[in-house]
Amino acid sequence: MSYAGPQAQAVDHGAELARAGAHVQGWGGSVLYQARRHPLGALGLLIVAAFVLVALFAPFIATHDPLATNAASSLARPGGEHLLGADFMGRDMWSRIIYGARISLIVGIASTLLGCLLGVAVGLISGFWGGWVDLVTQRVNDVLQALPLLVLALVMAAALGPSLQNVIIAISIPVIPNVARVIRSNTLALREMPFVEAARAQGMSELRIAVLHVLPNTLAPVIVLATAQLGSAILTEASLSFLGLGIPEPYPSWGRMLSESAAEYVRTAPWLVIFPGLAISLVIFGTNLLGDAIRDILDPRERS
Amino acid sequence: MSGSLLQERRPGGGANLAAEPVLEVKELKKHFPVRKGILRRTVGHVYAVDGVSFSIAQGETLGLVGESGCGKSTVGRAVMRLVEPTSGRIRLNGHDITRLSKAEMRPHRREMQIIFQDPYSSLNPRMPVGRIVGEPLYVHGIGTAKEREERVAALFERVGLRAAQMKNYPHEFSGGQRQRIGIARALTLDPKLIIGDEPVSALDVSIQAQVINLLMDLQQEKRLSYLFIAHDLAVVKHISHRIAVMYLGRIVELADTRTLFTDPQHPYTEALLAAVPVPNPRQKRKRRILQGDVPSPIRPPPGCHFHTRCPYAEERCRREVPVAKEVAPGHVVACHLR
Repeated sequence: MSYAGPQAQAVDHGAELARAGAHVQGWGGSVLYQARRHPLGALGLLIVAAFVLVALFAPFIATHDPLATNAASSLARPGGEHLLGADFMGRDMWSRIIYGARISLIVGIASTLLGCLLGVAVGLISGFWGGWVDLVTQRVNDVLQALPLLVLALVMAAALGPSLQNVIIAISIPVIPNVARVIRSNTLALREMPFVEAARAQGMSELRIAVLHVLPNTLAPVIVLATAQLGSAILTEASLSFLGLGIPEPYPSWGRMLSESAAEYVRTAPWLVIFPGLAISLVIFGTNLLGDAIRDILDPRERS
Repeated sequence: MSGSLLQERRPGGGANLAAEPVLEVKELKKHFPVRKGILRRTVGHVYAVDGVSFSIAQGETLGLVGESGCGKSTVGRAVMRLVEPTSGRIRLNGHDITRLSKAEMRPHRREMQIIFQDPYSSLNPRMPVGRIVGEPLYVHGIGTAKEREERVAALFERVGLRAAQMKNYPHEFSGGQRQRIGIARALTLDPKLIIGDEPVSALDVSIQAQVINLLMDLQQEKRLSYLFIAHDLAVVKHISHRIAVMYLGRIVELADTRTLFTDPQHPYTEALLAAVPVPNPRQKRKRRILQGDVPSPIRPPPGCHFHTRCPYAEERCRREVPVAKEVAPGHVVACHLR
């Protein structure tokens, strides 16, 4: 007859946050508090925030039009007029990388959001209502999960054709089963909780119980998952573009910038490969650090 | 244990035994199928509740006691229609609610509510407690937003919380306070019957007394009927007008509280009472300690379920199911030897 069973603890993230000091000094205070406890996470947050700011204020940070070609500065070295050099068509690398952050973040955030939204819906329906609906969705999920993210996105992108929306859709599909799994397993545990029974005893509709009583208790792990997915979505976009199935020309995508230059110029103009590669590495490094920290903050069992 | 801390008082409310009972349960059965294998074939049943009958009058408390796993919680949940009864009949205020659909059941849910054992898992951790308590009003479309808020505030004050605490979340409260919130939630719709599924078992002894006194005060004020499920005899003795003793899915004895404690007829009740600790180390008591464990409810013993542990068991007890008979007015025993 324990006071709080393991299940109760698992869902009590709110209490966990409060004990960790989250509500002591309001939002800003709690972010500072957590940043001190998780310095790497704070670094991740700074990196991600920096990329978001760069993407937002790209026109002010860029020195050139990212699409403007200039035969005179073809393959210009870094330094001088072109900070990070210029590509074969004389387009300024610095400006292209700045604008590339927009593409990366738009694709990353939009596909993660779309995937999470659909995944939450699928997971909640399959976990809460169970029965054959659950059986069918879980088998479909198995199939989707058996394929690697990139392969699945490749197939989707090839089928839909290259465009911004299609890339977002292609990358979001593989996110769905991951999120659905997490939501489903949480829902299975939650639907047996006494507070759900209490809601039923009061005559609430199943839909209301699912949305108001079960769903809010499943979302903490999704936030963690979404942060982790953000990094891999950006990477997948880069990979798709590298393979020619991503964002079409002339928009500057880091992945495409890499693929255009890798084969031909890696020896003669290595900066065309190094800088987009660095940008990709840095943003993924940042999202991973942030994702790990958020998981630690929300999950008492992961804390050491 | 807790009996010593409770102030001496008798259950109030003045049970009206003559009028139509608020709750009437007849031959209630709940068998959970046991499924095995990929095909989920039913290979047996858990006979959680196996033919239980009782009734509760307005303003009356019926205590339902038994060991863990005897099916007492399932009785409460079946009455609330949180699990589907396998057979039997449940009548609430004279209406048969046994087979009502979800929609048909809704108006009847205003008449009965349940208080859960675990004050932690029975409150949604993501909802302010004021909303938890007020939500039933919203769901049943009662009052305006302002009226609902006032009602919730009044309920908070009534159960011993401050109205200012309505916007707080469950984790900001102690176990006893949470159970008060659970009680307020059960009272929101002004029900006639409240099922307490071990409502104080998870609380400290001193808090138990407060919560039980609150429940008894509320009963007197609102003429509530309680089905009070518990395994602590001292607590049940304190709050109940009548007590039903359950063993492996069946009621073995049902009598008013005084009779049950002074003149128990069923061997199981005897053993149960002998196990109640007495807060006097010098008092010598003959203890009748039961041998063995409770048999599995998947394969309950034939005949009288208790015969495997009964010191008086005869051949007949192993074959025939004992029929409940009234040995004195209002005193029902299911035993071949009485």
